[in-house]
Amino acid sequence: MWLFALPALLINVCIILIPAVLTFTAAFFMWDGVGTPVWAGLANFHNMFDDPVFWSALTNNFIWTAIFLTVPVCIALLMAAALLMAPEARIVVQSIIFLPRIIAVAVTGRIFQGMIFSPATGVVAWLNEHGFSISDPLADPDRSLYAVAAVDIWHWWGFLAVVFLAAMRQISIDQIEAARLDGAGFFALFRYVLLPGIRPTLTLMLILTVIWSFQVFEFIFIVTRGGPAYGSEVLATLAYRHAFFEGDVGQAAAAACVMSLFGLCATAAYLWLQRGDDARST
Amino acid sequence: MKEDRWNRTISFALIGVASFSSLLPIVLAVMNALKTTVEISTNPLAPPTQLHWENFTSAWRNAALGPSLLHSAEVAGLTILMVCITATPCAYVLARQKGKGWRVLIFYFMASITVPVQLYLYPLYFIFAKLGLVNSIPAVALIYTAMFSPFAIFLLRTYALAIPVALEEAARVDGARPWQVFLYVILPMMRPGLLTVAIIVGLNAWNEFVVAVTFLQNDSNVTAIVRFYNLTGQYSTDWGEMLAAAIMIVLPVVLVFVLLQRRFIDGMTAGAVKS
Repeated sequence: MWLFALPALLINVCIILIPAVLTFTAAFFMWDGVGTPVWAGLANFHNMFDDPVFWSALTNNFIWTAIFLTVPVCIALLMAAALLMAPEARIVVQSIIFLPRIIAVAVTGRIFQGMIFSPATGVVAWLNEHGFSISDPLADPDRSLYAVAAVDIWHWWGFLAVVFLAAMRQISIDQIEAARLDGAGFFALFRYVLLPGIRPTLTLMLILTVIWSFQVFEFIFIVTRGGPAYGSEVLATLAYRHAFFEGDVGQAAAAACVMSLFGLCATAAYLWLQRGDDARST
Repeated sequence: MKEDRWNRTISFALIGVASFSSLLPIVLAVMNALKTTVEISTNPLAPPTQLHWENFTSAWRNAALGPSLLHSAEVAGLTILMVCITATPCAYVLARQKGKGWRVLIFYFMASITVPVQLYLYPLYFIFAKLGLVNSIPAVALIYTAMFSPFAIFLLRTYALAIPVALEEAARVDGARPWQVFLYVILPMMRPGLLTVAIIVGLNAWNEFVVAVTFLQNDSNVTAIVRFYNLTGQYSTDWGEMLAAAIMIVLPVVLVFVLLQRRFIDGMTAGAVKS
């Protein structure tokens, strides 16, 4: 019977587990990826903690987490509730809002650069011509992180709304009808029936959001590369830069370990919450 | 009932605004892909006065999109094949076997979904470089297989759990060996699940960026996404041509999505909705 699981397990162990263990080990070595690694003790971590860019990257990861725990979740919850009320629009609208999720991140990033943010060819350019004075947010170290977050929110919220809608549709119709007959308005229905009804799904998505927010890489690397002036740098772009542009794998590994630590904390929190749930249901 | 009408009015207003914001960048991309550079910078929001299809032909030629799209298809095809071959038997035993060892295995696969790619990317790259596997399309497909198979295992496991055990027992009583039971009884019943897995894995492989951009560095073997990324930058100037290339890369995905929407959406949201 073990033979059935062996191929999948073998590939997973060789590609993910062993290199992951090596990364953890490499965090304690000086290594350029090619030569012989030299034992460095905690030097990589010392250097990292002395680097102001590491702290601003970590802060950016926290900001990113805060944005994604709130903005797309609120939009998605409202939208899911709205689609629940309007079944005739459901199928078409569901496909429309899901569409951004299936478009490659590299393509989405470029479309937003050219058609939205560009001061020469984008919506920003059009706004400038029509009396609003807005500079290119991607060129501003203070705003670039938020501009990239906006792109990711566009890509993400529709998927989230579809997930929430699927969860809301499992709430019993009787419960919703009863609330309606009692004269509950949109927000009362939302607050007292829909939100409690999808709590398990909501918790799972929030935990996954925390895990993914500390891993965020693609949109930032593609749109700003962490710039300008490290303004949108996060741990993942920092690690990638260390490994492949500066040839310092030890330093990259240290950053990757910190990233994973936050993911681990979120996973532990989730398992702990699950245990509470199980205890209550038995 | 007055409240009800209010609910629906608010709902439709929300739906309208949201759909518009989802579609705006896509519509802008399609419109501007058919305009000249001068037209785009005059007014990016205006529809094209004349359809400049030559953006598409020049993008195809200048970007050498043909070969890179072929590479994307190769990577996606190989990944789908390897994921289906390895994940299906694994999902089947994980659905049938109980016991501590098997629970650990389930936990292991679940944990590997949340591991960031950054945690294994660097050693993996330098190991592959030593082994001469950088710039190899099958090697990238192998990495994708490891990345995407845990998802496939969990999705297929739910399909396997729904197959009545009595069917297998009947086959076993008739003297079938475990691999025969799997091949002739289980596999045919998992077909709908396999189609969903193929679609989602294919989509992920087609769109994947980090691994592709790291492991494929020669113009002669990059995927369409990497080719597109290398050719364009924040300060690109020929947006018409660039957007035309973007549309050609995204179009196959959108076509499959339109045809098989239900499977797409159900497959991608599976696991998130807990009943």
